[in-house]
Amino acid sequence: MKFGRISVMAVAATAALGLAACGGGTSGGSGGGSGAVKIGIKFDQPGLGLKAGADYTGMDVDLAKYIAKELGYSSTEFVEAVSAQRETLISTDQVKYIVGTYSITDARKEKVSFAGPYFIAGQDLLVRADDTSITGVDSLAGKKLCSVKGSTSATNVQKKVPGVNLQEYNTYTLCVDALKAGNVDALTTDDTILAGYAAQDANKGKLKVVGKTFSTENYGVGLKKGDVEFCKKVTDAITKYISSGEWQKAVDKNLGPAGYKPGAGNPPTPAACA
Amino acid sequence: MGELFSQYNVLGAFGITIVLTVLSALGALVIGTLVAIMRVSPVGFLNKLGALYVNLVRNTPLTLIIVFCNIGFIVNLGMSVSDDFARNNLVWATIGLAFYHAAFVCEALRSGVNTVPAGQAEAARSIGLSFGQSLREVLLPQAFRGAITPLGNTLIALTKNTTVATAIGVAEVAGLMKTMQEDRPDLMVPIFLVVAIGFVILTLPIGLVTTHLSQKLAVKR
Repeated sequence: MKFGRISVMAVAATAALGLAACGGGTSGGSGGGSGAVKIGIKFDQPGLGLKAGADYTGMDVDLAKYIAKELGYSSTEFVEAVSAQRETLISTDQVKYIVGTYSITDARKEKVSFAGPYFIAGQDLLVRADDTSITGVDSLAGKKLCSVKGSTSATNVQKKVPGVNLQEYNTYTLCVDALKAGNVDALTTDDTILAGYAAQDANKGKLKVVGKTFSTENYGVGLKKGDVEFCKKVTDAITKYISSGEWQKAVDKNLGPAGYKPGAGNPPTPAACA
Repeated sequence: MGELFSQYNVLGAFGITIVLTVLSALGALVIGTLVAIMRVSPVGFLNKLGALYVNLVRNTPLTLIIVFCNIGFIVNLGMSVSDDFARNNLVWATIGLAFYHAAFVCEALRSGVNTVPAGQAEAARSIGLSFGQSLREVLLPQAFRGAITPLGNTLIALTKNTTVATAIGVAEVAGLMKTMQEDRPDLMVPIFLVVAIGFVILTLPIGLVTTHLSQKLAVKR
């Protein structure tokens, strides 16, 4: 073949360029220090981590900022940490730590380390305000349920209520719309996320959180696996956050408007770093 | 990797992907053929209507179409075909995929019609065949044979586009992949490999078969 060698070289050159492009862009550096810090948060969870224009609001955002301040960083840069990408963002140093409704589980501990827990949430149900027929997970038989595809809540509720009629979307917003339109009877996920939606202006008075949790989610701050030094610093920051009353203030400010009260065990005592 | 197969119904999810692909491919073939006939017909109005359909649908993001099928037709218009969400969404995702890919099927067929020399169409009309007869006996048989490769490409694209159906919760592979990633981040690479290899197994034969057929069935002129 006439162009054989040239085309092979071209392919090799292109591949090398592509790899070089992938290599750049990561920020190194470990431990605390000065300058800006990249933090992974959720961008789409009202009351927890929400991006509205150039502003970031929510309970997780408040904690993320507090930790950055305690660690001595002068400014923060928020990066969207989509659930499926959280471990990769941390292990490739694209973010220093993640505060984004990140439940501590054994499978995740294989990839990342956690500081915390800083909050104990539980799976709950969000229903229309005038609906009295749903009082908990036991009254879900024959009801239409909504959750997000691939979420722990979706898997969990299918285990608790076998054969439940479950609609799954890619965002909670679509679930809220379907709930308001009467197409589903309940939306299920962590009570914190539900409270955030119930507190939104568009949903106030129309939706309510049932308030009977049926799982325990320990939210932790995800950070690089094995970085005990850094983990200890973050844990200290969380402990101070809780003891100084900032924790309670953040909960009241972000989730209070929905009448949400943190469940039993809150505020938690952060575990020691291993 | 065996862990993934024992913990999750990977084959079942690929089964749903195959069902989605086959049903919507059939739908797209029927709708696409009709639209292609409109576009090559001698009626100006049908021409324009066909062109409008293709340009409108082809340039709309598929996610939008699929989500609209759910939010628009099911939630807001109440056009449910079943009380069971899984079934309802499968049906509407199939409809959405079929209508979207019909635009591509139409264009593939139109390119096939263009491979038939104009003289043949003129000859068919001059021996007294109607438009329908010349289409059925002369143009379309050659058009399908000439359009096998682009039709195959559309089918491959359709196979992979079924992953969009996860947006409304159809239990196909992309949705299962999200679940697996959420539960088992420690197996991230095997998860990607299983899904990628699965799709290669589905799409590679389509490419091989269409290449073979396009050579075997090529109209020798």
